[in-house]
Amino acid sequence: MTPVVEVEQIVMRYPAARGVGLRRRHLADVVAVDGVSLAVEEGESLGIVGETGSGKSTLARIMLNLLEPTSGVVRYRGEEVTHVRGAQLQALRRERQLVFQDPSGSLNPRRTVGASLSDPFAIHGLLPDRAERGRRVAELLEQVGLEPGHASRYPHELSGGMRQRVGIARAIALGPRLLIADEPVSALDVSIQAQILTLLRELRRELGLTLVLIAHDLAVVRHMCDRVAVMHAGRLVETGTVEDVYRAPRAAYTRELLAAVPRMPQSSSSSST
Amino acid sequence: MAAFVLRRVLWGLLLLLLVSALTFFVFYVLPSADPAQLRAGRSASPQLLAQIRENLGLDRPLTAQYWTFLTNLVPHADLGYSYYSGASVGSLIVDRLPATISLTVGAIVVWVLVAVPIGVLSAVRRGTWIDKLTTGGALLGISAPVYWLGLVSLYLFADDIGRWPLLPGAGSYVGITEDPWDWFSGLILPWLVLASTFTAVYARLLRGSMIEALSEDYVRTARAKGLSERRVVLRHALRAAITPLVTLAGLDIGLLLGGAVLTEAVFGIPGIGRLSYDAIVHADFPVIQGTVLVAALFVIVANLVVDIAYAYLDPRVRAS
Amino acid sequence: MNGAGQSRLVVEDLRVAFDTRQGTVHAVDGVSFDVAAGRTLAIVGESGSGKTVAAMTAMGLTRGARTRIGGRVLLDGEDLLTAPAERLQELRGDAIAMVFQDPLSALHPLLRVGAQVAEAVRAHRDVSRASARARALELLEQVALPDARRRLDAYPHELSGGMRQRVTIAMALANEPQVLLADEPTTALDVTIQAQILALLRRLRDELGMAMVLITHDLGVAAETADEIAVMYAGRIVERAPAGELLTAPQHPYTWGLLRSMPRLDAPVGAELVSIPGRPPSLVHPPSGCRFHPRCPHVRNRHREVDPPLATTAAGAGHEVACLLPEAERRALWARLGAGAVR
Repeated sequence: MTPVVEVEQIVMRYPAARGVGLRRRHLADVVAVDGVSLAVEEGESLGIVGETGSGKSTLARIMLNLLEPTSGVVRYRGEEVTHVRGAQLQALRRERQLVFQDPSGSLNPRRTVGASLSDPFAIHGLLPDRAERGRRVAELLEQVGLEPGHASRYPHELSGGMRQRVGIARAIALGPRLLIADEPVSALDVSIQAQILTLLRELRRELGLTLVLIAHDLAVVRHMCDRVAVMHAGRLVETGTVEDVYRAPRAAYTRELLAAVPRMPQSSSSSST
Repeated sequence: MAAFVLRRVLWGLLLLLLVSALTFFVFYVLPSADPAQLRAGRSASPQLLAQIRENLGLDRPLTAQYWTFLTNLVPHADLGYSYYSGASVGSLIVDRLPATISLTVGAIVVWVLVAVPIGVLSAVRRGTWIDKLTTGGALLGISAPVYWLGLVSLYLFADDIGRWPLLPGAGSYVGITEDPWDWFSGLILPWLVLASTFTAVYARLLRGSMIEALSEDYVRTARAKGLSERRVVLRHALRAAITPLVTLAGLDIGLLLGGAVLTEAVFGIPGIGRLSYDAIVHADFPVIQGTVLVAALFVIVANLVVDIAYAYLDPRVRAS
Repeated sequence: MNGAGQSRLVVEDLRVAFDTRQGTVHAVDGVSFDVAAGRTLAIVGESGSGKTVAAMTAMGLTRGARTRIGGRVLLDGEDLLTAPAERLQELRGDAIAMVFQDPLSALHPLLRVGAQVAEAVRAHRDVSRASARARALELLEQVALPDARRRLDAYPHELSGGMRQRVTIAMALANEPQVLLADEPTTALDVTIQAQILALLRRLRDELGMAMVLITHDLGVAAETADEIAVMYAGRIVERAPAGELLTAPQHPYTWGLLRSMPRLDAPVGAELVSIPGRPPSLVHPPSGCRFHPRCPHVRNRHREVDPPLATTAAGAGHEVACLLPEAERRALWARLGAGAVR
């Protein structure tokens, strides 16, 4: 089976300089992604785990053509799309979407929720009929656990969790096949995190999405994903099924990551014994 | 560092060239009095006018005149001669510089000494009568035109025409080397008047900047360390809030050194501002060109100094 | 309840309310706890629970025209809430210190870190600049800041997140405080750095015999560092118990909700997360009766009317819960939930 997304030997290099004006000095380049190759299979849920500076967010953006890699190949459904532009890129955008970490930053504060959700349709020239767009927006809101009435609210009137739901609604609006979620719950309270994660799981089942989840929280990735890729300093350190990697990590860094996660005491009546 | 300064200097020179060309051509495009006419006087005969015109080189094509100007300026630093008085422009400017510098420096001292405490106080005592008083005062200072303030202050305090004659009136400027005390007393009113607008603006700016700084996390940390409120306000909040003001002040100083025209006019101070005002009235083009170039030079230098200063004030800028 | 060591910090019925345009926000509504020397109390809660406000109020950082504070906060017997500003200044950074969440914004961007640490020393000790600087170096080494001597003259933005947090900890410990309040000290940090910082805090607490209050939203962090955990909800403490007991045999439905909505490394792969329905309540108009009742899966009619006080359980002194359900029922419910039941 052709993987949905495949990246081969991706390198992302940024020239770095220190100081401004008077004291500008050129340093060695910053290598955000250093030769990463990864494939995401159809229908699976892949987690990319790493700490700050691991390059995971950069890699995700490269997968979606939001950034052009310094070198390497990006393939979507077997076709090379590394440098795709224009109408072709636009068409691909309908199939691949991103959910951002910060729900307040990614929604335009001056537009109502309904307007933000209608934008994808307008941009891609779909659903020209306003009434039909309105219906679809209401449908989307319900799908993510909100009320149709929320369409007339502004982002600042909603809580963080609700804003993230809107972000998810926007991402699934065009019926994508691939959804990349970049730290979708890090900015939320614990009890709301659970709600959003459950929502993502349900939507994945309902819509048959392929999900790539970027996170620094190992427990979240373990809960949501079938496979996991561990990144450190721009390199791919380990990949495998969640069971394998978490139970018997091969790379030293993976072991270090797992060891750092705080341990909870076992409840005598818990079901995990 | 050296490369940076060199680059800026070269850009500065290019800018000065552009400014001079622009002034040159604007002067000829805009309607103005005929300098030859002004020089010759009312009852001049046409032959005299033609003669003067030829002397001044006004009958030659524009580009030729500009070229002569450049070839005089660059190797010889010769800015030409005044159409009106015949004196060398360079010497006129050098004569007037001390007055302008005296005026500018004094005004700066006043506005810093007044604006900073007011800004800090109104931020710390936000919402109280002190704050409201300074807001009102600031509004007044900003809206009152400088020449109006100048005239009013003269009518109130000048020893020749004032209601309460306390201070020397207009035209009483003397150089510092001649008589330090007279120099000082003659500049008190001009300093206060010139500083008023700036004080108002800077006090408000500092107030805003301080309010923001006081709500920052590092101020909370400073309090949590048990530092005295005074130290928190001055060493932590003010230190952070003052940076934008310093850079702004640098730019304003550059502008003022080019001549505070209105203040110098009202108080009769023989500075560069007055010089350029008179030159405009007399269509004395070489002097206009000279003062404009000097003003531009000051602004360019001020910009450079401000950029360097900013890097020293804010270490984050150095690293970005 | 305290074991060895006397109570260093005693909070009695703390109430903090803010007057805002939307009404009076009752951020902290009757919170009591105490911490003994050498022990760590973790206060766990989500946003709006009041945990940060409680800590900041103990330090006197919330005093203002629109703040109404009630109750007592006793530091070795002295009430901080009624202390005059000068006395508070003497105590802050000396007897009681605080570490904040985001070290980048907590440190002054334009002052070198060594100077900031030395300032904390000179604020309370009459020493020369040179000695303060030497002490700052000592402190930075104590918090294991790599290459401390060189870093004394660094600016905050030149250091990594973990290093910055070590600096803020060094600053807080400059005068060997008896009580340390740490507000989400590791939330802004990577997980490996978090582990290091938590270990550092534990070590320093032991070395200095401090009473530590750790505020966090992360039960895992609490599990690693706390001797005792207090769970806050809507401005109140709803459950308090020794750490192990609270995490394995909790008795409040909110605590159950928190534990069951956390993804855990030791849960079976693909297990469902059970989230707490609804959203945190308004602090301007808190719910009637039991504040958790609108979101509680086990609510009864009476719970809408009666506000349960924090009461000791049969588990012994040390375990308190504010819940109207009978204890036996709570134990049974947890046994079922723990075994995998959904409700």
